[in-house]
Amino acid sequence: MPAEVLVTGFGATTPLGGDVESSWAALLAGRSGISRLDDDWAPGLPARLVARCKSDPAEHISRVALRRLDRSQQLALIAARAAWAHAGAPEVDPIRLAVVIGTGVGGARTLLGQDDLLEEYGVRKVSPLTVPMLMPNGPAATVGLEVGAQAGVHTVVSACASGAEALAVARDLIRADRADVVVAGGTESCIHPLPLAGFAQMRALSTRNDEPGTASRPFDKGRDGFILGEGAGILVLERAEFAAARGGTVHGRIAGAGISADAHDIVQPRPDGAGAARAITLALRDAGFSPEDVGHVNAHATSTVVGDLAEAAAIRRALGDRPLITATKSMTGHLLGAAGAVESIFSLLALRDRLVPAVANLEDLDDAADIQALNIVRREPRHADFDVVVNDSFGFGGHNVALALTRA
Amino acid sequence: MTTEEIRAGLGEILEEVAGVLPADATPEKSFTDDLDVDSLSMVEIATAVEDKFGVVIPDDELVNIKTVGDAVNFIEKNQS
Repeated sequence: MPAEVLVTGFGATTPLGGDVESSWAALLAGRSGISRLDDDWAPGLPARLVARCKSDPAEHISRVALRRLDRSQQLALIAARAAWAHAGAPEVDPIRLAVVIGTGVGGARTLLGQDDLLEEYGVRKVSPLTVPMLMPNGPAATVGLEVGAQAGVHTVVSACASGAEALAVARDLIRADRADVVVAGGTESCIHPLPLAGFAQMRALSTRNDEPGTASRPFDKGRDGFILGEGAGILVLERAEFAAARGGTVHGRIAGAGISADAHDIVQPRPDGAGAARAITLALRDAGFSPEDVGHVNAHATSTVVGDLAEAAAIRRALGDRPLITATKSMTGHLLGAAGAVESIFSLLALRDRLVPAVANLEDLDDAADIQALNIVRREPRHADFDVVVNDSFGFGGHNVALALTRA
Repeated sequence: MTTEEIRAGLGEILEEVAGVLPADATPEKSFTDDLDVDSLSMVEIATAVEDKFGVVIPDDELVNIKTVGDAVNFIEKNQS
């Protein structure tokens, strides 16, 4: 029988707080991490809201190390150090320690910034650190060096599903007996004019520029797009026997993972949510759970018109109308490749505290039948007794990932 | 520029790029063995030296610059 995969540590840095507990407290209090862009290049953009990470990397990483890392690597390192410490720095043979970290766009800021230098000053001004800073596997490699992982260091790239898919892959590594401990999660930092312009040209971003605190409104009739955020979430996953032998504290279990692809469109989800529903069903089957076991769903719900609607259809199709639904991007913004990992941590905290954060800014529920039918937590966090949480993550490209999380 | 000025200027570059304390940047110190400067940082240091001292360091010369003293000598000899 394949091994059980436990979570023995987690760390994060998000637009709501520099660590896991402050981010969780802000979510429960309904605070927003979204702000107006004040950079001098912002006025030319149609969408000028962002969710900046609360941590200042300079407070965590030495000046010399900082200049060798893209910000996506810096944030991953901050979250990974916190997760590793939270897990009690497990003593593990390095050849049984792996890393899997997802990212949507990798070191985009470095790529674009160095291109500016190339255009303006020529080749000599391009940093010799450009490639290790822009490569998408840079964050995984940085964390791998930090913990000394020698069982393999992997990068998952599936747009906004990357963080969740990284956890699914990490779980597979343990179940395939290729590692005892895996440091896994996601990171993203691409607040820069080009990604903002690209997403805006897709009409994917909210243009409620004058109301940062209420612009992200998943499932609301007035939703008009997501808000680009940055941050990182990292978990320490362990084979159950290994964790038990070393006496590691258990914070939950990744009981099942389901992955599917829509094969429908490069960016639009299937309107009927069938692909996403299949990912959820596969995650439950993998875990040996039935739909009735699921008490809470941390929805992907980015606040786009079509995305939220397709997800509502998927949740109903796979789970019915009963589970308590939250959409934490209403407060964090959309952390792209970090979202699935950060939201998995929130899901574990919901299990711990038996408490589901309310969806912020949900004033006027969308009229669509699938959204009307959902059991969405509104206004106040909801206390409830549940043992299984499903965390949805979907990405451009038609990627669908669902994780089934439970207590140990 | 005097030798002392070159040493001081090089020391500033080493501190900025590689975090080497000025007191540690003595002539006999090897960049890789003593000061923990890797090959990528050496390229950054070379570019900064070229800008600061108006010299050109071809790659086949860079490989021969192994110590702080080597760098100071190179700059002294080649500055215009």
